[in-house]
Amino acid sequence: MIPEIGHFALVLAFAIAICLAVFPLYGYLSNQQGFCATAKPLALLQGLALAVSFGVLMYGFLAHDFSVKYVADNSNLDLPWYFRMSAVWGAHEGSLLLWALILAFWGVTVALFSRGIPDHMSALVLSVMGMISVGFLAFMLFTSNPFVRILPFSPANGADLNPLLQDPGLIFHPPMLYMGYVGLSVAFAFAMASLISGKLDATWARWSRPWTTIAWAFLTLGIALGSWWAYYELGWGGWWFWDPVENASLIPWLVATALMHSLAVTEKRGLFRSWTLLLAIAAFSLSLLGTFLVRSGVLTSVHAFANDPERGVFILGFLIVVIGGSLTLYAIRASKVSEPGEFAWISRESFLLFNNLILTVMAVSVLLGTLYPLLVDAVGGGKVSVGPPFFNAVFVPLTAILVSGMAFGPLAKWRQSEDPRLFRPLIVTLIVSVVVGLAWPSILGGQYSIGTAIGVALALWVAIATAVDFVKKVGLYGGVGTTLARVERGMIGMWLAHFGLALTIFGVVMVENHTEHRDLRMGVGDSQNLGPYDVLMTDLTVINGPNYVADQATFEIYQGDALYKTVTPQKRRYNASGMVMTEAAIDSGVTRDLYIAMGEPLDGGDWAVRLSVKPFVDWIWAGAFFMGLGGFVSITDKRYRQRVREEKEAGAAEGATA
Amino acid sequence: MNPKRKQRMLIILGLVSGLGVAVGLVMYALSQNINLFFTPSQIATGQAPSAQLIRVGGMVADGTVDRDPQSLKVAFDVTDFDHQVRVTYEGILPDLFREGQGVVVQGRINQGQFVASEVLAKHDENYMPPEVTEALRQSGKLDQIKGGQQQ
Repeated sequence: MIPEIGHFALVLAFAIAICLAVFPLYGYLSNQQGFCATAKPLALLQGLALAVSFGVLMYGFLAHDFSVKYVADNSNLDLPWYFRMSAVWGAHEGSLLLWALILAFWGVTVALFSRGIPDHMSALVLSVMGMISVGFLAFMLFTSNPFVRILPFSPANGADLNPLLQDPGLIFHPPMLYMGYVGLSVAFAFAMASLISGKLDATWARWSRPWTTIAWAFLTLGIALGSWWAYYELGWGGWWFWDPVENASLIPWLVATALMHSLAVTEKRGLFRSWTLLLAIAAFSLSLLGTFLVRSGVLTSVHAFANDPERGVFILGFLIVVIGGSLTLYAIRASKVSEPGEFAWISRESFLLFNNLILTVMAVSVLLGTLYPLLVDAVGGGKVSVGPPFFNAVFVPLTAILVSGMAFGPLAKWRQSEDPRLFRPLIVTLIVSVVVGLAWPSILGGQYSIGTAIGVALALWVAIATAVDFVKKVGLYGGVGTTLARVERGMIGMWLAHFGLALTIFGVVMVENHTEHRDLRMGVGDSQNLGPYDVLMTDLTVINGPNYVADQATFEIYQGDALYKTVTPQKRRYNASGMVMTEAAIDSGVTRDLYIAMGEPLDGGDWAVRLSVKPFVDWIWAGAFFMGLGGFVSITDKRYRQRVREEKEAGAAEGATA
Repeated sequence: MNPKRKQRMLIILGLVSGLGVAVGLVMYALSQNINLFFTPSQIATGQAPSAQLIRVGGMVADGTVDRDPQSLKVAFDVTDFDHQVRVTYEGILPDLFREGQGVVVQGRINQGQFVASEVLAKHDENYMPPEVTEALRQSGKLDQIKGGQQQ
């Protein structure tokens, strides 16, 4: 009975979404306030219905209700409770429900925090989000219903959650990523609303800016968590594989990054209006494309689980409707967008244009590389695959170009900044970063790597330029405390994010160029050298976990003669599914991670063992954390609340004159 | 032409030429870095180029996995049930590598043997890499697998 409540709530949410898509839009077009006013209550109701539906599914997992097929497929009596909770979004149907829930959640936040926005505008925004919701809920109800039952012969036990996903990283990775993916729908909805209403000045940019920033912050953290999870759970020790599904999240991230920067120009200077609209459409369309790539199984990937052509066709159709519809509307209306005036060739806006240009090229090239196998297959060219060499060859130089320009933007002034004195601090920055960069590989010892030198110089270039900008502001305001209190929060956010990118670049450069990595055959009593350490295998035992049996090796790591640490990597075999999983032992440190993983059992009791030293690998994710933090700090700016008041006053004044 | 138009023209020209160059470079990089896919039958009948990095997909034939007792060297046959190819590899095989399961290997043909630089096994019990499905479809043996696999 209880699962039917969830099913019913889902159907109800679908009906509400249809109303939400239709009524406010009709109200706007026919100029009837009453219909517009339904938007907010409907958005709240939809959120409530989906929360009930989601709660019921989670209850099914916690209560071991194996009569629900989705629970039976993805849970097990032995599965610990926290993994039973995260199992809700561990497979196709449930992750779609999470998607829909988060979309509804963003709708609720728009309904609650849009008091400063004219009612007809928020009505249109919620209506567009309702349309997206209709598509997703229809997809769930018609092709991927999580509440399908196995009755009357329901299994006594479930098939278990994919062991790859039985990990704390998975509890947070999908919700974070979806908050980002789906959060971009708000910026999209604002862009569509302004296109529908024809009010194409820069106000929509101001409204959608905090939403875009917060979605970007979630997306950043979501991608970083995914990368971290792949690093320690997939047992390969890599942090990025250019897997199609990773690319599917990176592409919207690149476009969202571009959007964030162009929104700044549109808000502050009113420029690039039509371009910003296009980016907002592109960012969300690409996150839909990402969902399509993940969910349809058209690509060979870690995430592409079961193939189902029917689902693929549905999402493809939905994608065509969303992208086709929004671009058509754009094509009709964009000619009416007025671009006020020109801009100087050396100005903050020109550097942000440069940023947008490079980020767009990056997104397009990753997109091309990801879709190329599909395109070739579609025209009958056979099966091909595009691997990391391609992506590295294209992505790395573009990043270098992007980063080279990054130092100028924050120092430049809006409108025009031809005064060369503004950029004088960069001369010192340039000298320091180049000198330290060139010296760095020599300090490390070993073979000199010019790639490391360039990479480290670029990371320093951004980090020092960011510090210079900060110090300049401190000089201006007199004191660190006053500076942090007085400058726009967006500025602090930018410092954090740019600094974070420098950390990430440094981590990537070090890991990619200086990882020491060996696959070996080892038995009990064997010792191997690993960087400055000696690794001795002392024991092999069998461990019984809650729902798995593991072979566990004990390694003692010696630094000289002193025992530094004892670690125990495992090779687990999960009882229910029989799947084998590697649990690597990782000793994390600021300057390096020691990574020991068990490969496979060999004859004579030996094991294949993977040993690596990964220098500065954690800096990659620390950098992403700073970027995300920057995003969250930005949206706390009080002007987003102040503006609301001004807007009302301005609106009142306008109303009075009209 | 007024200055505003002129600037817009310059930007558009810059964008178009920049994107053109980028797409050109991307296409060039793609042509240098794509890995073509072949079935075991195609390799057995000599249709695959030697010394070029390619991918082969199929099932790991039962009872063909041979390990070197001293090192991490391993050899196995990949089959589409028409022909099979001997694959050699040195390193750690993925967790889901098993006899009778689908696998995709990437590497080069060297003197009739396929020397793999990478072995990819599926990540999920019910998931079959599209390449393997394709190889089995071409050899007409797809039913053999579908029937034998639990769904």
